[in-house]
Amino acid sequence: MEKWEDNRAWFLVLPVFVIVAFSAIIPLMTVVNYSIQDIFGPGQSVFVGIEWFEEMLANKRLHDALWRQFLFSGLVLLIEMPLGILLALAMPKRGWGVSVCLVTISLPLLIPWNTIGTIWIIFTRPDIGLFGVAINNLGVAFDHTARPLDAWITLMLMEVWHWTPLVTLLAYAGLRAIPEAYYQAAKIDGASAWSTFWYIQLPKMRGVLTIAFLLRFMDSFLIYAEPFVLTGGGPGNSTTFLSIYLVKIALLQFDLGPGGAFSLIYFIIVLLFSYIFYQVLQSVGRGEK
Amino acid sequence: MKVKKRTIGLTIYLGLLLLPVYWMLNMSLRTNADILGYFALYPKDITFVNYMKIFTDASWYSGYINSIIYVSINMVISLATALPAAYAFSRYRFLGDKHMFFWLLTNRMAPVAVFALPFFQLYSSIGLLDTHIAVALAHCLFNVPLAVWILEGFMSGIPKEIDETAFIDGYSFPRFFITIFIPLIRAGVGVTAFFCFMFSWVELLIARTLTVTNAKPIGAIMTRTISATGLDYGLLAAAGMLTIVPGMIVIWFARNHMAKGFALGRV
Repeated sequence: MEKWEDNRAWFLVLPVFVIVAFSAIIPLMTVVNYSIQDIFGPGQSVFVGIEWFEEMLANKRLHDALWRQFLFSGLVLLIEMPLGILLALAMPKRGWGVSVCLVTISLPLLIPWNTIGTIWIIFTRPDIGLFGVAINNLGVAFDHTARPLDAWITLMLMEVWHWTPLVTLLAYAGLRAIPEAYYQAAKIDGASAWSTFWYIQLPKMRGVLTIAFLLRFMDSFLIYAEPFVLTGGGPGNSTTFLSIYLVKIALLQFDLGPGGAFSLIYFIIVLLFSYIFYQVLQSVGRGEK
Repeated sequence: MKVKKRTIGLTIYLGLLLLPVYWMLNMSLRTNADILGYFALYPKDITFVNYMKIFTDASWYSGYINSIIYVSINMVISLATALPAAYAFSRYRFLGDKHMFFWLLTNRMAPVAVFALPFFQLYSSIGLLDTHIAVALAHCLFNVPLAVWILEGFMSGIPKEIDETAFIDGYSFPRFFITIFIPLIRAGVGVTAFFCFMFSWVELLIARTLTVTNAKPIGAIMTRTISATGLDYGLLAAAGMLTIVPGMIVIWFARNHMAKGFALGRV
């Protein structure tokens, strides 16, 4: 769509700019400040330049956490995107079923993040949890507090349970926005369900799926509360993701300097990948149109 | 046959999805001693003590009220500012538009943990600490960009000819925007409102940092209780069940807008 060229559009954007910049710029500058100083106490600090950045970039445990984080986000995207789209396609188009599906599917999204962790602790406990008891009765020794693989499986189950609905809701809203005429045209052409999906539905959902993909990438990469409550980063360090390690450094040891440097590196990684994904997803859509 | 298979798959998924929620419901209807005592698929002696405690204890139910207040303020601010901005991004080219759009998104990408302290300092320096408006404003940081983004997508799906026709017919911009354009993207507004509600409702780190007592969110109250009395699973489960209710009401109202979508909304 050809856009009108008019710099007065800035006036429409101004309120958003002001309200976001207010909460964004000052805290960011403060964190930049932390990252280049050694802070002993209120009013006592020494300028150290990029020392903290060098220390953090060489930190072995940070590297481990980073790889774990990539694995986690990668799995999340691989599972949740196709599953979310499939569910959206399977949902009814009209009638009472729509309401039932929408309300049920959004349930996990509405629970505060630390409560999610608590629910899954209760749900997977081997003595009183439905999942824990059921899987032990099947003869599988399962304990997410002792075995890293079990901890990962539990986390992935929780994550898929928690966040697939976000993809589904966005995909469903995108599907509903496709005018009926497109489907009628496809029907007249004798298009199969698959080609209808590939040539009509998927390209038309590009916008919402870009949002879903990037949101899932960012939020899974920044995940904190759920694994913190469920596994506390354990057993060992097997589920210590970047945020959990960051909190260990910054808040528990109260090292604001390294914590600040860590945060900025973290931020830049998310930014970089989001930018690449954003560009790729934008250009993919243009090619198909 | 195909349709049937889909429906079965969907039903199984929804059933699995409900299991953890059912388990929480089950726990919420039992006392803590009962829960820890034995495994039961359903509560044998149903008790409402956990719910009664929440409804009668002000330190509990005020948490829900606080959360609802700041979430509502946040929803209103986010939608009111994001609607015109999204229109600008979808219709106009202007100086720095692409950079501005991506900069907005970057505000969702920072790890919150270390930013909590500067947030605390910023909001205490302007005297807004422990108020609902502080949390609502802080949550705008990640909700407004999302709202702009989602709305922009829906608006770009509306042909520009509709705007042009309306302007030729003599509509002023505000009148066109409110009476013609917003109804056209009802689905988008419904989805956006739901997402703003949701992300503000479940976010805790910032909300907890900016509040002491007067505006303390329910999630923070739940964690405080864990540390004070050990894990009271029954009470926690009841509180958890109640955190779902406001969101269900929102989705109930938004569902028609989401379901109808573009094709039926067009005149």
